Amino acid sequence: MREIFENSGNKDTRSGFGAGLHELGKTNKDIVALCADLTGSLKMDAFAAEFPERFIQCGIAEANMIGTAAGLAVSGKIPFAGSFAEFVTGRVYDQVRQSVAYSETNVKICASHAGITLGEDGATHQTMEDIGLMRMLPNLTVINPCDYNQTKAATIAIADHHGPVYLRFGRPSVPNFTPANQKFEIGKALLMVEGADVSIFATGHLVWEAIQAANILKGEGISAEVVNIHTIKPLDKKAVIESAAKTGAVVTAEEHLIAGGLGELIAGLLTREKPTPQEFVAVDDLFGQSGEPADLMREYKLNAESIVSAAKRAIARK
Amino acid sequence: MVLSLSIREQKKSKNRKIITIMTHNYPLGEIASQVRRDIVRMVNLAASGHPGGSLSSTEIMTALFFSEMNHNPANWRRDGKGKDMFFLSAGHLSPVFYSILARSGYFPVSELASFRKLGSRLQGHPSVERGLPGVHMASGSLGQGLSVACGAALTKRIEGENNFIYVLMGDGESQEGQVWEAAMFAAHHKLSNIIAFTDWNGQQIDGPNEKVMSLGDLEAKWRAFGWDVVVADGHDIEAIKAVIRGAKEASADGKPKMLLMKTEMGKEVDFMQGTHHWHGKAPNAEQTEKALSQLKETIGDF
Repeated sequence: MREIFENSGNKDTRSGFGAGLHELGKTNKDIVALCADLTGSLKMDAFAAEFPERFIQCGIAEANMIGTAAGLAVSGKIPFAGSFAEFVTGRVYDQVRQSVAYSETNVKICASHAGITLGEDGATHQTMEDIGLMRMLPNLTVINPCDYNQTKAATIAIADHHGPVYLRFGRPSVPNFTPANQKFEIGKALLMVEGADVSIFATGHLVWEAIQAANILKGEGISAEVVNIHTIKPLDKKAVIESAAKTGAVVTAEEHLIAGGLGELIAGLLTREKPTPQEFVAVDDLFGQSGEPADLMREYKLNAESIVSAAKRAIARK
Repeated sequence: MVLSLSIREQKKSKNRKIITIMTHNYPLGEIASQVRRDIVRMVNLAASGHPGGSLSSTEIMTALFFSEMNHNPANWRRDGKGKDMFFLSAGHLSPVFYSILARSGYFPVSELASFRKLGSRLQGHPSVERGLPGVHMASGSLGQGLSVACGAALTKRIEGENNFIYVLMGDGESQEGQVWEAAMFAAHHKLSNIIAFTDWNGQQIDGPNEKVMSLGDLEAKWRAFGWDVVVADGHDIEAIKAVIRGAKEASADGKPKMLLMKTEMGKEVDFMQGTHHWHGKAPNAEQTEKALSQLKETIGDF
């Protein structure tokens, strides 16, 4: 656990994915990569250039890409199939359901530009439903790392995990604050900041915001605990229950709709195991819109300030 | 009860190899007749399932599994390493698929009685969850099998294997857009190790293709997508063998192969033949008796 996190320089999480994939290509000949005409956006260029025989361009045809990835997986390859998050979830839900999750094929679904921080392209491309869609599918592991270093580590880690995985990451440059060359453990929540008054469970881009919120709260005499839930499924239930039991107040923070998201997942767990007052930092039943990522985060109240207010509300309900 | 039956049968599995060799001694036409009896009996026992397309694709499956495909039922691997692979895209043809697999020696023939029953490996549509040998992938939601075949074909190429990837699709299934995504992909990537069959019986659940959604000039469509296309009589076993061999021999031309097999839904059962009414309906006891009276028992019922 580290109480002080320093931003080593803003970087996009998708580049962490690209770097991890490139590294995997060098060390494991069974790794293959597929993309649906978004190779540059997904940062798969380095892999495609160095391993052309293992890079499969699928064109603008995501349903076929998912099926092809399943066929590669069943015959022994480890396919990483990438596109924008909306196009590898909502657009191809039934293909993921039948040919990946139900068929238990070792496909890694790589979802870039997830959430509202996709930005200017607007709501057609901004999925805030993907975590919900994917975590409903049996057999599927769902991972949403928080920064460049963690995304790179997660990309490398899922190659060694036999089974279908949904890996979610984003477009904008954001603080890179977790250690380089960290070991990524699927399903293990990370305690980022220890605290006593409120537990903030955050995922993806919101982990940095949660740490900033904890700093602000500290200045006001409130001790906030920050837990990085990089693996949505399987959820680290023990870590969540223990932290909630200790602080007695919970905030969840995610770049996703309330419906189907991390907040509902944790609420469901705590309702059964340890009922605790909880506040949600997430988007409530809305589509996004065009705008700069930072402006959108502010507009939709997905930032440190919103987490601070939510923490105070949660504590007041104890 | 079904499960205990299958466990008992598993004890007999040591004899499976011998049984398979015996089955292989039958003329393909007699195997097809037995498979048709299996289809009718399975669907009747389950009181549900899809006899129509299973009966129309019986000769295609018989010729493939008992003559043309390089496979090893006794030592089957899900990854298909070193062997040909078969994908059933039209998952509702599970009755013919399961009968062919059992009669080939993948699992005990008696297990066919568990079709669609609680706890069975023989799910209504093929599943891999319970590890039924011979089934590489789940299927049932239509239009996905050709994409999967593309992936397997790529693996064979990357590994330098000269094996073939077979896939069976329904004709109505080609109304799914994903089929044409895969068609474009396979031609672009020159996947000439794919040999696909369309069971062209002209019928689907709601009626004839022509009424529901015309397929137009199906042959021209596949050709326009860059495939080698052959049209053949899907009930003539020798003709089926010939077109499969032709497809294998032409594998150096860089084009995937589509074998459009002209068939009749419900083939060989007079009241089921040529109509869509038996696409997904089970015969009752009386109808089953009538159907079986038209289908010669050759190898022996399960």
